[in-house]
Amino acid sequence: MIDLRNVTVQAGTFRLERVSFTVQAGDYAALMGRTGRGKTTLLEAICGLRPVMAGQILLHDTDVTHWAPGDRQIGYVPQDLALFPTMTVRHHFEFALRLRHWSTADVTARVTEVAEMLGVARLLDRRVKGLSGGESQRVALGRALSFRPQVLLLDEPLSALDQETRQEMYGVLKSVKQATGVTVLHVTHNREDAEALANRTLVLHDGQIHAKNVD
Amino acid sequence: MASTQILIVSGSPETPVSRLPLRTRSDVPFFVVMSGLSSTFIILIVLMLVANVLFTSTDDIQAALAKPEIQAAFRLTLLSCTIAALLSLWVATPLGYLLSRYRFPGRTVIDTLIEIPIVLPPLVVGLSLLILFHLPFGGEGRWTLDAFLEKSLGFQFTYRWPAVILAQFAVACAFSVRTMHVTFDQINPRAEDVARTLGCSRSQAFLYVALPQAWRGLVTAGTTAWARALGEFGPILVFAGATRMKTEVLSTTVFLELSIGNLNAAVAVSLLMVIMASLVLVILRLIGLRLTT
Repeated sequence: MIDLRNVTVQAGTFRLERVSFTVQAGDYAALMGRTGRGKTTLLEAICGLRPVMAGQILLHDTDVTHWAPGDRQIGYVPQDLALFPTMTVRHHFEFALRLRHWSTADVTARVTEVAEMLGVARLLDRRVKGLSGGESQRVALGRALSFRPQVLLLDEPLSALDQETRQEMYGVLKSVKQATGVTVLHVTHNREDAEALANRTLVLHDGQIHAKNVD
Repeated sequence: MASTQILIVSGSPETPVSRLPLRTRSDVPFFVVMSGLSSTFIILIVLMLVANVLFTSTDDIQAALAKPEIQAAFRLTLLSCTIAALLSLWVATPLGYLLSRYRFPGRTVIDTLIEIPIVLPPLVVGLSLLILFHLPFGGEGRWTLDAFLEKSLGFQFTYRWPAVILAQFAVACAFSVRTMHVTFDQINPRAEDVARTLGCSRSQAFLYVALPQAWRGLVTAGTTAWARALGEFGPILVFAGATRMKTEVLSTTVFLELSIGNLNAAVAVSLLMVIMASLVLVILRLIGLRLTT
């Protein structure tokens, strides 16, 4: 569960004040709003990449407002994906697991599992440079899901894809959601993305969240 | 005079366009003016090198290289330039990263301070180092930094080989910092953010994600520092002196040989430095080429 209580966050001169919303465990929520309204800033605050000036962020009823990003168990896919150019796809999937000192056997098993779930097993030993848009999306998603996070934050992950690849990624995201049961907060300005994927839509307007359930 | 090749490409948008540079008759004045202006500098450098080569002979070069003082200067040059380059990288990497990634009070001041060794006359850098190491301090002003280091570490700087390295480092490091700053500016900081959400501390994100991406910049910064240290003369002369077999490096060898009227040896050593610098610059160009492709 993602629970924001009167969160105030600042990015340069831009400021979001007293934002509150809840995404129930297992939900797929789309966070919509026009460009420049603070959707990414909010996501960064939940990740722990941007300090919170006031309010509380709770993940599964635990106050993580002042926790380091790595302690929050959040999988994060930024808009530009930010893949690691010097690493292979396998290294991307292994990265978080090695930091958590998983055994080699467990790492290998998990990497295979993630690669098969996302359909990138044949790409495991390739460097990320030269991958197509859809393949890069899957790698970024696999990297974020590798350590079995409880929450997945997606920042406009489909915005740069063509219509065909976008449709393909809808299928991937739905199957990931079904397979992992992870709570998803997906930032988008595309209504079609929200309608295809989310069971709950949050709209950020004038610094306030307006929510509606889709189903 | 060879006639200018004119390639005129015409056709509908569907026509495949030649990958050769598009040159029409109207482009000719542009290329003539641009290449004419550019060539003046290139011709100057080539003529200087040719003059050096014509002035000296292989016998002169062999005779110069056979002198034990010049051999010692060659060894000290290689050693001091390498140490100064490594020290520059050691400092420039964290400093370049901090300046690139963070906005903090005094950042502009630090950015300006780094430029000072670049804009100051080299002699002033040497003089400033000399003053720093000999400025009296302590209760009765009996101590100097040089005396303190000698007493506490058994290590005297001024007019000894460490002074050569420090003088080279003082200037070369500024160039390395600038290179590393630009290098980290070109690396997406978001990747380090993602690494932190995956469990990295800031140090781990720097070591595992940012630094591996910066390796070409590291090579360039190291090579620039090495080449810069090779050409350093003024600060070394003032701070380390030019004592034969002790603090003499190739740049000071040229000065010493000139001062005793041995022009042949001075030119021979100059050519040796040109060869060393060229090797380093060729490596730089190759790295730059790989970066762009």
